[in-house]
Amino acid sequence: MKNIDSHTHVTGTSVYLDDLPILQGTLFAAAYGSPVAHGILRRLEITEALQIPGVVRILTAKDIPGENQIGGIIPDEPLFADHHIHFAGMPLALVVAQNRDAARTAVKKIQAIIDPLEVITNPRIAQAKGELIMPAKSVIQGDTNAAWPQCTHIFEGAIDINGQEHLYIETQGAYAIPQEHGSLKVYSSTQGPTAVQRTIMRVLGIPMHRLEVVVTRLGGGFGGKEDQANTWAALCALAAHLLKKPVKYALHRMEDMAMTGKRHPYMADFKIGLDAALKILAYEVTFFQNAGASADLSPAVLQRTLFHCTNAYFIPNVSATAYSCRTNLPPNTAFRGFGGPQGMYVIEAAIAAAAAGLQVDKSLIQSANLIRTGEAFPYGQIAESEASACWDKAVALYDLENIRAAINAFNAEHLLLKKGLALMPICFGISFTNTLMNNARSLVHIYSDGSVGISTGAVEMGQGVNTKILQVAAQTLGISYDRVKINATSTYTVANTSPSAASATADLNGKATWIACNALLERLLAVTDLNVSRERLSIQNEIVLLDGVATDWNWLRLVNTAFVQRVSLSENGHYATPTIHYDSETGKGHPFAYHVYGTAIIEVTVDCLRGTYETDSVKVVHDFGVSMNPDIDRGQIEGGIVQGIGWMTLEEVIYNEQGKLLSNALSTYKVPDIYAVPKEILIDHLHTDNDNLAIFRSKAVGEPPLMYGIGAWFALRDAILAFRPDAVIPFVAPMTPEKVLMALYSKQSVPAYEEKVSHLGIDS
Amino acid sequence: MLRFILNNDDIGTALPPGMLLLDFIRYHQHLPGTKTGCNEGDCGACTVLIGELQNGTMHYQSFTSCLTPLGNVRGKHVVTIEGINLPNSLTAVQHAMQDCAATQCGFCTPGFVMSLTGFCLSHKAPTLTNAIAAIDGNICRCTGYKSIERAAARVAQLLEPRNGSTPAQYAAGAHILPAYFVHIPGRLEALHSTLESANDVAAKPIGGGTDLYVQQHDALRQKALRFLYDQPALKGIRQEGDKCILGAATTVADLVASPLLQAYFPYLSRYLKKVSSTQIRNMATIAGNFVNASPIGDLSIFFLALDATLVLSDGQKERELPLRHFFKGYKLLNKSADEYIVRLWFYLPSQHTLFNFEKVSKRTHLDIASVNTAISITMQYDLIDDIRIAAGGVGPVPLLLKETAAFMTGKLLTESLIREAGFLLQTEVSPISDARGTADYKRLLLAQLFKAHFITLFPQLETAILIR
Repeated sequence: MKNIDSHTHVTGTSVYLDDLPILQGTLFAAAYGSPVAHGILRRLEITEALQIPGVVRILTAKDIPGENQIGGIIPDEPLFADHHIHFAGMPLALVVAQNRDAARTAVKKIQAIIDPLEVITNPRIAQAKGELIMPAKSVIQGDTNAAWPQCTHIFEGAIDINGQEHLYIETQGAYAIPQEHGSLKVYSSTQGPTAVQRTIMRVLGIPMHRLEVVVTRLGGGFGGKEDQANTWAALCALAAHLLKKPVKYALHRMEDMAMTGKRHPYMADFKIGLDAALKILAYEVTFFQNAGASADLSPAVLQRTLFHCTNAYFIPNVSATAYSCRTNLPPNTAFRGFGGPQGMYVIEAAIAAAAAGLQVDKSLIQSANLIRTGEAFPYGQIAESEASACWDKAVALYDLENIRAAINAFNAEHLLLKKGLALMPICFGISFTNTLMNNARSLVHIYSDGSVGISTGAVEMGQGVNTKILQVAAQTLGISYDRVKINATSTYTVANTSPSAASATADLNGKATWIACNALLERLLAVTDLNVSRERLSIQNEIVLLDGVATDWNWLRLVNTAFVQRVSLSENGHYATPTIHYDSETGKGHPFAYHVYGTAIIEVTVDCLRGTYETDSVKVVHDFGVSMNPDIDRGQIEGGIVQGIGWMTLEEVIYNEQGKLLSNALSTYKVPDIYAVPKEILIDHLHTDNDNLAIFRSKAVGEPPLMYGIGAWFALRDAILAFRPDAVIPFVAPMTPEKVLMALYSKQSVPAYEEKVSHLGIDS
Repeated sequence: MLRFILNNDDIGTALPPGMLLLDFIRYHQHLPGTKTGCNEGDCGACTVLIGELQNGTMHYQSFTSCLTPLGNVRGKHVVTIEGINLPNSLTAVQHAMQDCAATQCGFCTPGFVMSLTGFCLSHKAPTLTNAIAAIDGNICRCTGYKSIERAAARVAQLLEPRNGSTPAQYAAGAHILPAYFVHIPGRLEALHSTLESANDVAAKPIGGGTDLYVQQHDALRQKALRFLYDQPALKGIRQEGDKCILGAATTVADLVASPLLQAYFPYLSRYLKKVSSTQIRNMATIAGNFVNASPIGDLSIFFLALDATLVLSDGQKERELPLRHFFKGYKLLNKSADEYIVRLWFYLPSQHTLFNFEKVSKRTHLDIASVNTAISITMQYDLIDDIRIAAGGVGPVPLLLKETAAFMTGKLLTESLIREAGFLLQTEVSPISDARGTADYKRLLLAQLFKAHFITLFPQLETAILIR
């Protein structure tokens, strides 16, 4: 089934925030962001800005009737800086004007008098100075100290991973419209309508029941609109509330890039120990998460980094510690993978360092350590593993030996072009890391004409969740897809929702829809005069079947009869993921409903004269469970891979030492274009019939494929080493053409990784 | 009054001609299908088609409406996604996108549909390569492009039966365009658009707008502008004797399409594929690339190596100025405020002259160079008779590396000469670290691209020695 929005998408008739017809009297807002990254605000000079024709008012912190606070997990983030400025772009004022041009012109006339303070952009420096968002977190399994003497080889290294700009093509925005009884209707381009509602409640001091937050769809989110849509919605709501007029703000791209947080940059130190059989016995890792100026979602992101620090491997002794470091950058936030990718890059780097030191192929260490069913992840959950199944199938299906032979032949033949290869296994846990968020509701109405309207907490942002929910409803009720419509997401129809995130939206909202539809079906089938036990009845193609044989009851007759008999044709399904739990004190539990596995084989070609490169192919075996929509799932995998490769090889978020964003536009921040993507992406299904907690056993597919992209970094490394075996390749991502060329030709040629412990096991 | 046709409607407007087409479409005509993505021509979400009547037939090109002033569409047919929608079905392009699941969040989709529709209306051969080239200026953040590639392949297939018929004729019969397109040529002919400021010498000259509107987005809207893009006197590529003469408003797309330039520069399309995107190449003028004064302008580097000469005019009299004397310092030009470029000319390369252009940017396509360089080298047997090396991104202006050239002139071309010249080259440049790379990287990259010129042009050289 095609995405249910595809018709309106291709005709340009899908409605996004900036496309809503403007109500009379609407005012337009623009935020003035701090020009410096750290300082004390002495004075805000707005007189000149107020003179701009059309300017209605300029709002600052003192205009907030409620609390100047938008921090979700930790209350550490003011909406407007009123004294202490923590990052460049932090809102200091909001200009409200009769038109967009006036608002933007006025913003340029505002001046802030600021006493600058020392700017920190490096998380290691922040950690050393004690600038932490929260106390360090750890996940521990076994005893690494006891394990080191058992290791025959030990390797250490340092890691530096850059961030990633979401670059949803639709920028952030909101449109707030005053309603009667002191209520507000807020259109927001958000993944989390409830988060927006809560934030406005806090800032305005208005109860949540007066705040209707509506989302039709997003022009991309990727995590960037999970928490960070709150700011713009709260600003518009504040202005609308005070001025009693509709207020709209759709951000200019440069405002969006400068003022919003990104995927967290991480630094890390690792120590990995193996035995002679290449089994990883011990792994110690310290993460320095660059959280930016306030907590935002960083604590949860950090938790997932720890959860995924061993990727798809079983390591008996693990000690992982993570610091969430406060720096003077915009608060970094959710981004597809949510800290998992950073944790996984580090273990892959550690394995690469070990492979280099031992002069063995990296894949030998990878395959020797894949987690097996029954083994425990460091956080205590017992794996039901498909890791080896995916790996083995990929190796056989794509004929790894043949690929290797072809690469070796190519490299022998070419002086200036070198090919590289990497295998990238993934393992990603599905569920919000915060257990309480794993619930959803679906409100299903059957109208008396037999049509069905569904409202859930899911936000459609291109991932196809509404299509999947529609499939669930139509298949459960046994009716045609045309009878079902998915409504815009609204806090008035479904309350207290979790954001559309963590790959779990289709699972949670799909299951809630399934529960609601089943309840409705039970009631409908009870109205017939067939007088048989329920088990003998079913509905297919809108016909009620008795023991599989058509009766004269059909969908419309069921609905009509139920309506006449005054049977409720509405149902609110509630689903809360069973079995999950996690104790943050002990660092143990069963936080995930299930894991998604897969393996990718990535091939690249490097132009060793110019330092440029191409990704030749990404060949994947992916654990789908049973895909309920192969078109959508394939799109998620292809899109995730390309976004992951972008993060690892191309996309470079650049701040200067003063914390000012230099990569502040699409001309300086490059995401993959059509020529930058792998020439070939092959996807094969690992079909598993095991029961799982996914909707219709169709495993979550939003985030996991992004991490296949990590393999591109290691494939490039492989190609560089083919040209220059003594190349020094620091574990720094992304691997841009600059990094490639420097590695190919830089003058140093010292071994990058020294073994710190000599061959204990062999010597003794 | 400024007049044009927008989809099926005749437009006459007194709004400032410097207003951007995108704002006019979205906020004045309330056609929200054309999306605002980046406001700098880098994402293609705002792509529209601009049709011009040339010798009785319509020629459509894709433009990014976010950088197109209303003044540049006077007398033309502007087509948005709303203007191609059919009353009761999808167009063939839309069908292909839907069938291939080439749309996820949908925000970039109208731009892709317009670019592919533009491809259907172009005279390019219906190949997959050309179909993909048509969407090289459209960014999608969701799909990873593979589904869009599959849709593009279908579109190319769709055009295969076109054979003899013109693209517009074929499109009309193949469910690609609505019926009203047939009447556009007649309607445009009858349309008389005037624009007072078009010849106002005091007004600020503007070409395609692809750089000016990025730099001065808000300021240009109200300014008096002098629109040079459509002036016939500034158009055209022609040969006079051994000279090639190009009008200042020649677009990059015009360069690629020129049979004359193709004959003298067989790899021209390969070089220019790395210069921005299809949309921007349709809009950007060569003079604009010079006047923008970027130290890294691709065309500045290209024409410096050809030792091109500019002809400048202040409206009264003309003067000639070699391009190598045009750049005085960072963003400083040897040009008075009332002067504008009329044309440029250069001597066509002799049969002993070899030319090469190299560019490396963070992203290979649709990106600004970290370093770009061009070389023109004339050989007399194994001796270098004449050589010009231009390099961008390694100094405050586009550089002509004169000392290196002088050193090499008259010498036997050998691997060791190239290596020695490579050292001298480094003394002529002074790159700085910025978003496009560190100074060290740019030095290394220039050295590599300098070698790349010779490896490309002289396959008989020992590559292994050169790259050591």
